Amino acid sequence: MTAALRHARYVLGENPVTAFAFALFFVFALCAALGPALAPYDPLASNAGESLAGPSAAHWFGTDQLGRDILSRIVVATRLDLGIATTAVVLAFAIGALSGLAAGYYGGWIDRIVGRAVDTIMAFPLFVLAMGIVAALGNSVANIVIATAIINLPIYARLARAEANVRRGAGFVEAARLCGNSEARIVLGQLLPNILPLMMVQVSLTLGYAILNAAGLSFIGLGVRPPTAEWGIMVAEGASFIVSGEWWVAFFPGIVLMTAVFCFNLMGDGLRDIVDPQRRT
Amino acid sequence: MIVLRRLATALPVIAGVIVVTFLLTRALPGDPAVYFAGPAATKQAIEEIRHQLGFDRSLPVQFLDYLERLAHADLGTSLTTGQPVLTELLTRLPASGELMLLALFLSVGIAVPLGITAAMRPGSGVDHACRVVTTAGVSLPTFFTGLLLVYVFYYLLGVAPAPLGRLDVFFSAPPQHSGFYLIDSLLAGDIETFCAALGQLVLPAATMAIFTLAPLARITRAAMLEALGSEFIRTARASGLSGPRIVFVYAFRNAVLPVITTLGVVLSFMLGANVLVEKVFAWPGIGSYAVDALIASDYAPVQGFVLMMALLYVLLNLVIDLVYGVVDPRVRLEA
Repeated sequence: MTAALRHARYVLGENPVTAFAFALFFVFALCAALGPALAPYDPLASNAGESLAGPSAAHWFGTDQLGRDILSRIVVATRLDLGIATTAVVLAFAIGALSGLAAGYYGGWIDRIVGRAVDTIMAFPLFVLAMGIVAALGNSVANIVIATAIINLPIYARLARAEANVRRGAGFVEAARLCGNSEARIVLGQLLPNILPLMMVQVSLTLGYAILNAAGLSFIGLGVRPPTAEWGIMVAEGASFIVSGEWWVAFFPGIVLMTAVFCFNLMGDGLRDIVDPQRRT
Repeated sequence: MIVLRRLATALPVIAGVIVVTFLLTRALPGDPAVYFAGPAATKQAIEEIRHQLGFDRSLPVQFLDYLERLAHADLGTSLTTGQPVLTELLTRLPASGELMLLALFLSVGIAVPLGITAAMRPGSGVDHACRVVTTAGVSLPTFFTGLLLVYVFYYLLGVAPAPLGRLDVFFSAPPQHSGFYLIDSLLAGDIETFCAALGQLVLPAATMAIFTLAPLARITRAAMLEALGSEFIRTARASGLSGPRIVFVYAFRNAVLPVITTLGVVLSFMLGANVLVEKVFAWPGIGSYAVDALIASDYAPVQGFVLMMALLYVLLNLVIDLVYGVVDPRVRLEA
């Protein structure tokens, strides 16, 4: 364990960008956890006297068309945005990993069914499929989560299948079987821990994509409804003011959204460097 | 022969796509007939729609019915406009097609040279620029990039036209041949309209290109690095072949394969991003059509849109596979 930690510290030291990404993630996590307590104003309190005011000392990121403080709305929205993405990725991870492991370990008809299902999902342009799912299931935040989970599922199922397939005949699996472990126990107790590091890298990378996807869906008016603060919807609300020069309404939520995705992508790359040194670029 | 065999492998995928779109129609929460009838429908109208759409019959029967409808190219009728969905999608397809094609050209035209140059000089300024572009590009929400470009080029600099559709209101659309304004206006010899249409196209196409550039540049760089480091390149160098010949004929010919594979992913991104970009630029394509329908709870156009995009994507992947076979003789031999 200490060797692994030392290796992690070495890789982080080599690549300060990764360390920066982890620090940034910490900030986002803090905002998500303490959101309402950190926000300087009430994110829903409108103030007609101060509508569309540019960035100032009182309102760092300016105010929107209803005079609401944009900084406060961004900070409070962190929990919702990260919450949607995290729940979706955890769902995709759980279902994808289990079905992929089963497909790779048992082969046969399970493999064919999982393979066919994954191929079918991948046959759609993913954002379009997410739109279709939300349209069919109903326009709600829960369904945004489900749609985002479904379009992220193939990545996990394929990765888990490939890794389980390679390891099904490995020595440690044979040994576990000889000791009398049940098949399910081998899959969950031996195979899963072995592929977990690789899967964790994917979690970080897909989290960024999940945030983008969820924000895109709410940008076109799905899921989150006003006046709830959410990054995608805030950019959508600010879009109409861009052509008249009130850039801050859309700019700040957009730049924070971008930073969050950037942070997860960098973290994913960094995690891969730690877990899988051969693929370092 | 290869074409036929490849077509056969696409069939189960198409079948899967059709089943999923059917299930999406069926999964509507509550009573689907109520949704298809729209918010203002009377009880009688709902019953009528239920019967008309066959929701009062069993699921397999409905599926056969759905297949029959598809066979007759019937995707249902839009509630808001009262027009058949397929006709509306087809009239709007050229607008989206023109936008996406131009974006694809831009994206490939920038990403591939950038990736090659970066791979030729690892650690140089170009390489760092390539790294920044690839990491930042995938993190940029398309709708946000679009708005930024509008702000800078329309509001601040005033060089771009207002982000309101394919053509400024002062111009009339060129006579319809291909449906692509750029081609049609050239055919009509109308340079002014051509410039106006191009001006409207540049920002949305650039927005989409920025988003799709990253994976392409990244894979080009990686593939070129690997190709340039291989033994046959060393042999070619030792044999005294010229630099450009080594890079373009020997290395790039081999590096182009993963790039073509990545094009599949890029197209998936692009078809999705198209929806967002069309919304930002009020582009009268199929993406904004679907979004408008979605907001109006008009579901037939959305289902039709999803089906059309999926079939389009399957088709594009087929084309990519065929190109793959043309570029790499080994693929043909294996098949």
